[in-house]
Amino acid sequence: MKNKYSIFSLIKNAFSNHENWQRAWRDPEPKKEYDAVIVGGGGHGLATAYYLAKKHNLTNIAVVEKGWIGGGNTGRNTTIIRSNYLWDASAGLYDHALKIWEGLSQELNYNVMFSQRGVMNLAHNLQDVRDLKRRTHANRLNGIDAVWLETDEVKKFCPIINTSQDIRYPVLGGTLQKRAGTARHDAVAWGYARGADEMGVDIIQNCEVKGIKRNGDTVEGLETSKGFIKTKKIGIVAAGHSSVIANMAGLKLPLESKPLQALVSEPVKPIIDTVVMSNAVHAYVSQSDKGELVIGAGTDSYISYTQKGSFNIVEETLKAILELYPIFSRMKMLRQWGGIVDICPDASPIISKTSIKGLYFNCGWGTGGFKATPGSGDLFAHTIANDEPHKLNAAFNINRFVSGDLVDEHGAAAVAH
Amino acid sequence: MFLINCPYCGVRDQSEFVSGGEAHIARPKQPTELNDDQWAEYLFMRKNIKGIQFERWNHVHGCRKWFNVARDTSNDKIEKIYKMGEQPPKI
Ligand SMILES: Cc1cc2nc3c(=O)[nH]c(=O)nc-3n(C[C@H](O)[C@H](O)[C@H](O)COP(=O)(O)OP(=O)(O)OC[C@H]3O[C@@H](n4cnc5c(N)ncnc54)[C@H](O)[C@@H]3O)c2cc1C
Ligand SMILES: [Zn+2]
Repeated sequence: MKNKYSIFSLIKNAFSNHENWQRAWRDPEPKKEYDAVIVGGGGHGLATAYYLAKKHNLTNIAVVEKGWIGGGNTGRNTTIIRSNYLWDASAGLYDHALKIWEGLSQELNYNVMFSQRGVMNLAHNLQDVRDLKRRTHANRLNGIDAVWLETDEVKKFCPIINTSQDIRYPVLGGTLQKRAGTARHDAVAWGYARGADEMGVDIIQNCEVKGIKRNGDTVEGLETSKGFIKTKKIGIVAAGHSSVIANMAGLKLPLESKPLQALVSEPVKPIIDTVVMSNAVHAYVSQSDKGELVIGAGTDSYISYTQKGSFNIVEETLKAILELYPIFSRMKMLRQWGGIVDICPDASPIISKTSIKGLYFNCGWGTGGFKATPGSGDLFAHTIANDEPHKLNAAFNINRFVSGDLVDEHGAAAVAH
Repeated sequence: MFLINCPYCGVRDQSEFVSGGEAHIARPKQPTELNDDQWAEYLFMRKNIKGIQFERWNHVHGCRKWFNVARDTSNDKIEKIYKMGEQPPKI
């Protein structure tokens, strides 16, 4: 039984210089066989394992991760959480996640620092205004909080935005989702890992999957850098590397993997207490609790697994940031990094069974899956345990690319998430 | 971020080009004969290779011509550039 984190445990451990904290999760060697194995120890993979154990009583399971948990896109994203998506299927999916976020720290006994500081999306031209107003109406029909703000209301909500009408892309208004916000990315991975470990899930790091063993159309196990692991159910949650693993099983996915970048500035005093996104000029910014501006840039246009991204992409983003926030003109950027994001043709994810029995994929989250982490884990666990999708992820099956029933969020979500 | 040697203009920065994705996906000769699976394969399914990939590029901010590139997507190193219509090189 794990010790509960609380103000009292904090005080108690302070007396021993914080040297006697219990391990948050074990570091086991893989067993020969599991009832199910999750590939990929990002937030989505760990959440899947947590809900498989918690809601479906599958505890003889493992998560295998080629590096360290949370070292992929989970630890590289700009942590924006919102659910104001246009289509019904997406609204259902992302709002399911948002509702879990609201109680997640309590549920996991781990502070994921979920902060409902609001997310504002700016409109810069007439088409933006129309699209965003339409999205606001669609959101409200789906019971998702959304309001339209005129330019002066935008200024009032976030005073540092340049709302002058003579800039290249003037602010013509915006939408606001107040329940939206940010969370601490690492804490999400660690909280789920700790919770899953407590229920008996083996979290195996430095264990790379190199092959998938099949017997006809059924999976038999995984070849890994720590040997063969026998299992009847495999859930792949490998983000940018999903296609690589699909190829091991002889499958092709409708994905392209591209570098997506983010950067942070030097820390400064609180200056922006919300998240502001602008799809048209491709800039989004928030401020971390440490005081750094957290800035999201765009994807490169080409497929790459290099986890860096091009300089010109960063340059364009910073130009846009400076026009919208002249106050940042002398701010220094401290760090820049990239992640590899897996993008579907309709910019929506895949949470699905496949043509191979026992092989499941959760991928295609692209530039915007952090916000969905708890919901994605919950629904993927349901899909694996029951060999059937939950009604909330039924539309996100892989077969939609054959039936043509796409969930096209490109227009609504654009590049920035 | 890397340089691309356009077969028509010479070496330029990658930002002058746009990637057209996987190369050698032939447009179906008889679209009406395709079933849904074949359409999905043609339109959406991609190899998305980590390693050497054959892909199309267009010099949008230059000659605006298309050509093929063999590039290692794990380190962005270009192995070979060849013209449209040519067979992929053996690498
Ligand atoms: C710069 C950037 C900014 C972003 N901003 C946002 C944002 O603001 N809001 C938002 O909602 N989303 C955002 N995203 C997207 C978000 O980060 C991802 O959609 C989400 O984190 C995916 O989580 P995951 O657990 O599926 O993937 P990951 O965290 O990438 O986990 C996948 C894991 O699989 C492992 N793996 C891969 N291959 C193998 C193998 N062969 N064997 C074993 N393990 C393997 C990897 O090492 C990795 O740890 C952003 C992404 C980036 C890169
Ligand atoms: Zn040229």
